[in-house]
Amino acid sequence: MEQEQAAGDKPVVSVGTMEIVVAIGFILVAALVMFDSVRLGHRWGDSGPDAGYFPFYISLLMMFAGFGVLLGVVFARRERAKNQAAFVHWRQFRPVLAVFAPLAMYVLAMQYIGLYVAAALFVGAFMRINGGYGLRHIVPIAIAVPVVAFLLFEYWFLVPLPKGPLETWLGF
Amino acid sequence: MEELSALMQGFAVVLTPYNIMLMFVGIFLGVLVGVLPGLGGANGIAILLPITFAMNPVSAIIMLSCIYWGSLFGGAITSILFNIPGCSWSVATTFDGYPLAKKGRAGEALTASFTASFIGALFAIILITFLAPVIARFALQFGPPEFFAIMLLTFATFMTMGKEAPFKVLAAMMLGFALACVGIDIVTGQLRLTFGSEELLRGFAFLIAVIGMFGIGEILYSMEEGLSFKGVQARIDPRVVLKTWGSLFQYWGNFARSSVIGACLGIAPAGATPASFMSYGVAKKMSRNGSKFGTGEMDGLIAPETANNAAGTAALLPMITLGIPGSPTAAVLLGGLLIWGLQPGPLLFVEQKEFVWGLIASMYLGNLAGLIVVLTTVPLFAAILRVPFSIIAPIIIIACSIGAFTVANAMGDVWYMLAFGVLGYVLKKLKYPLAPMVLALVLGNTAENAFRQSMLMSHGSLSIFWSNALVGSIMAVALVLLLWPFAVWLTSKLANRSVARPQGT
Repeated sequence: MEQEQAAGDKPVVSVGTMEIVVAIGFILVAALVMFDSVRLGHRWGDSGPDAGYFPFYISLLMMFAGFGVLLGVVFARRERAKNQAAFVHWRQFRPVLAVFAPLAMYVLAMQYIGLYVAAALFVGAFMRINGGYGLRHIVPIAIAVPVVAFLLFEYWFLVPLPKGPLETWLGF
Repeated sequence: MEELSALMQGFAVVLTPYNIMLMFVGIFLGVLVGVLPGLGGANGIAILLPITFAMNPVSAIIMLSCIYWGSLFGGAITSILFNIPGCSWSVATTFDGYPLAKKGRAGEALTASFTASFIGALFAIILITFLAPVIARFALQFGPPEFFAIMLLTFATFMTMGKEAPFKVLAAMMLGFALACVGIDIVTGQLRLTFGSEELLRGFAFLIAVIGMFGIGEILYSMEEGLSFKGVQARIDPRVVLKTWGSLFQYWGNFARSSVIGACLGIAPAGATPASFMSYGVAKKMSRNGSKFGTGEMDGLIAPETANNAAGTAALLPMITLGIPGSPTAAVLLGGLLIWGLQPGPLLFVEQKEFVWGLIASMYLGNLAGLIVVLTTVPLFAAILRVPFSIIAPIIIIACSIGAFTVANAMGDVWYMLAFGVLGYVLKKLKYPLAPMVLALVLGNTAENAFRQSMLMSHGSLSIFWSNALVGSIMAVALVLLLWPFAVWLTSKLANRSVARPQGT
């Protein structure tokens, strides 16, 4: 029990590390934008600014900001304690993953089996993993949600949603 | 007065059975959105926006703005009963709202809160009724340089008014602009930042960013502490309502002050969230019972609720008159207007009078209807919240995914939603502000076009931004606000160094 608690309190990653990662991320994105802006032309054309003019200066400012954050993190002595603190603890991150993983699978599945079936599976998996419900509770809700969504979106709002083999087989 | 007759015409447009039904549907959905975490104001409207594509613009904006009112009212329900803010602008409501509920005065607290919301919104709506035509007439003189200057000013205020580090505000803002540039450039027809990918041709719709960051990201963030809704029971007894209304007259000063604070911050543009906090802080300082704030003081409940509604409503003023949204939610509404083919700004008042005054008239009615709806349906919403999170959360997420898909009928957008969700989660934890990023995404192309048109008018010279008193003064204020945080940071660094030196030697 205590060991579990100790393991949960362990940080996944520190604030400082994440700050640096994100700041570098901004710098890289800025570099990408800068690269494409130069390709498009970042100067003045015959009829006004080239297509790359605006994005170029945006990337410049983004890079400036990214370096600002990066240097701030690396050289900040006052913030050392804050930066060494955990960005997220395992006991906090596990529930986040417990939402994110099923969500990612749901989006992936949507492309192959359609939104409605994927949603049913998602609701079921979610209720199981995060709520510990048995099939008795899961099945009715997992079926009700997509059916309601179907009636709402396909019939009332007339907004088509991704469909898969089941719907084709049923004739939609 | 001209405004009043236009307003009456607006009422005539709104008061059709279909529109009234939409009003109540909108308010109900709005309260639901305001009450459920993960479906805050901006996100909720973003998801429901595609539904309105089939309606005519007047009915659509009535429903959407009623969803907005509903969410402004609804956020207070969870704050007071469950100590969980349903929207970011309801956080300050928990400070004194929940203690009041725990003391057994939940009915009073809810009544006071809804009435405060009503008054704050009413103040802002009256302001809009009389100020909007004036500003619109004034803004008709605006050319591209003036519009660009105003947008620069808008973004500059984020730099100064934000509590976050200026570098982070700048980075987030620039990211929004960069994302706005992805896709086909309208002026030259060239492909920008697509790197040969067909998927990126579409660009990034701000709706996807909103649903991803404010929806998925918010849910991921809330999962960290786990969520269980164990709250206070509440029924609103009509007798309690009347008694509370009677007791509220003594707080007229608080109402007046908070309305003004809210309206200013809504126009500023800072939004409803900063307005609620500022109003709470000011009320605490000015109240005789300031030290008792946090234990269930009526003043502490009224101040944020009046201010957040005033701000949320006032944010619509720059949106309809200048085309500049004062808050992320107003930004989403702006996006909606653009999608329906309406160009918000001074010309809207001239070319689409019926629409604008219909909207303003619906604000009065929506506000009143909202008050009635929330007073009567609190137990219903409280019951909804008792549904376990592991059942509600996947439903909310599925709603988000449907919302994301219906924007452009594109599967890729759902993946973007996921990516924005992760981005929102990480950035929020690292204290990067998300609002400037969303605003930049919405306004990016408009700002760029204004800039380019200005440059064309001036044949490439930046001096056009100083060419007349109007532009020049707006630019001056904007530049001061932009550079202010850096100046402050620099001087504080220099001050620290001169303080530290004696210790070193």
